[in-house]
Amino acid sequence: MTPDSLRSVRQARSSRSLPADRPRPGVLNGLSHAALAVWALLIVAPLLWTFLASFKSNTEIFGDALQLPGELRLDAWGRAWGKAHVGRYLLNTAVVVAVSTFGTMLFGSMAAYVLARYRFPGSRVIYYYFTAGMAFPVFLALGPLFFVVKRVGLLYTHTGVILVYIAYSLPFTVFFLAAFFRTLPESVAEAARIDGASHTRTFFQIMLPMARAGLVSITIFNVLGQWNQYLLPLVLLARDQEDWVITQGIANISTLAGYEADWPGLFAAVCMAVLPVLVVYVVFQRQIQSGLGAGALK
Amino acid sequence: MERWRTYGFVAGFLAVPIVLYTVFVISPYVQAFQISLTDWNGIAARPAYVGLDNFGRLLGDEVFWRALRNHGILLLVLPIATIVIALFFAFVLNLGGGARGPGMAGVRGSGFYRVVFFFPQVLAVAVVGVLFKAVYRPDESGVINGALIRLGMEPVGWLIEPDLALWSIIAVMVWQAVGFYVVLFSAGMAAIPKDYFEAAALDGAGRVRLFFSITLPLLRDTVQVGWVYLGIAAFDGFALIQVLAGEKGEPDGATTVLPIEIWKNAFSYSKVGYASAMGVALFFLTVTFAVLTLRTTRRERIDL
Repeated sequence: MTPDSLRSVRQARSSRSLPADRPRPGVLNGLSHAALAVWALLIVAPLLWTFLASFKSNTEIFGDALQLPGELRLDAWGRAWGKAHVGRYLLNTAVVVAVSTFGTMLFGSMAAYVLARYRFPGSRVIYYYFTAGMAFPVFLALGPLFFVVKRVGLLYTHTGVILVYIAYSLPFTVFFLAAFFRTLPESVAEAARIDGASHTRTFFQIMLPMARAGLVSITIFNVLGQWNQYLLPLVLLARDQEDWVITQGIANISTLAGYEADWPGLFAAVCMAVLPVLVVYVVFQRQIQSGLGAGALK
Repeated sequence: MERWRTYGFVAGFLAVPIVLYTVFVISPYVQAFQISLTDWNGIAARPAYVGLDNFGRLLGDEVFWRALRNHGILLLVLPIATIVIALFFAFVLNLGGGARGPGMAGVRGSGFYRVVFFFPQVLAVAVVGVLFKAVYRPDESGVINGALIRLGMEPVGWLIEPDLALWSIIAVMVWQAVGFYVVLFSAGMAAIPKDYFEAAALDGAGRVRLFFSITLPLLRDTVQVGWVYLGIAAFDGFALIQVLAGEKGEPDGATTVLPIEIWKNAFSYSKVGYASAMGVALFFLTVTFAVLTLRTTRRERIDL
């Protein structure tokens, strides 16, 4: 082969993978990288601005938005924690979410397990009864829910909120965990049965550990969802400010900041509310994303 | 005997979840339908039964129609904007790097972007509201307007212009939602066999072509799921609008949605009957939307 013919072959090859009427990958690459960077900036900027604003003074906050704080003032964090009760709200939220997530996972996995793996009259009906809850707008229930909780004597109590959180998390939890339990092999459960293990024991000691990956993802979703819940506590914990959860506290501090002119305090409070979520997210982001992908496609 | 033991076990495991769910979820929904036919104010022991009066009043209520119009805008803009942006990013992050080594890869830094993009999803809506109140401030202290003024432009009243406020709020919803759908679509793309892309790339298909001829058709089901989720979200919007625009849907009701009106009627005006009628309307709107979407977009599944 002559050098010339070699070149023409090479040209033919390159023109095959890169026809002239298509933008070159370099341009496309550059554009996609720019778009990615811009979106990342759009997400980080408001968070970063809020973090910086918690060190600013009121005058700085109402001055040029793109200015850095003049000095590192930490007093807003102290005020938010103490005077604005953010510490209290965070503690309330942690207690409520810990108990309600545990309850959600316990009852949700029990229901999902029997619905997914046992055949009995009415099992389909009960499964649809649970999952139908995902389709209802919470708003429809809001008014009557207030009176239901009042009638059972749990209005304005953490117990009431915990039970309501569990109840409203069940449709989602049962739906995803049932899908998960269905994928587990029958042989193990059968082996346990032959060895004389009771149904309950098989569930807690064999099936639950096998479903760990699914349980972890759904637990994180419930923790985040219940931690961020705003509407239900707004109705069910309206009375005593001592009982409020963090989202109520933030919304309230945001309203008050206008009257009391404590804007750095507000932003410090927001940072305190975001930090625990950020930590959980960074630690568990792999499980969150893989769980979401696997679950949503079932 | 064994059979009855199994049934006992099943009943034992289902009892607590069913009771909790029935009392706190199903019974309020059922009551909402009953209450919507009464003039209950939340206190009266025996509310009067008024038939469909509440629904008649609803049809004549200007605020109801304004809320519906806003839901209509949300229903169109929120899913389209979110899905287009998320599909683009999902494609770039998963396949944008072209054929690298065995199979396709995302662009460099994919992992980092995925983590950052998803983060708004885990923030409480109340927190997001506070963040964007600062971002959207009408003078130089707002993050956007501060930047605009630097560039020599006029500041914009993002949340105080009646024609603009709803769009500003939709932008926040898109901001928060995109990351979730990037992850959702990424999972869908990961399920497409790599050979499809390799074969197409060998035949000279570029990335644009790969996206429209292979990725999008095979991702149809996932996109449809996303569309339904976002449509249902378009019928809510309460927390964000309440924090950003106040309980009345400022400016002057321009950003109001049904949940805001339900809240106001039930808890500020004590018109629980009327609020429930709105809730029932909201329920039928949501269900109609979900059923219509699933019906009209259903098609033969492509088996991989």
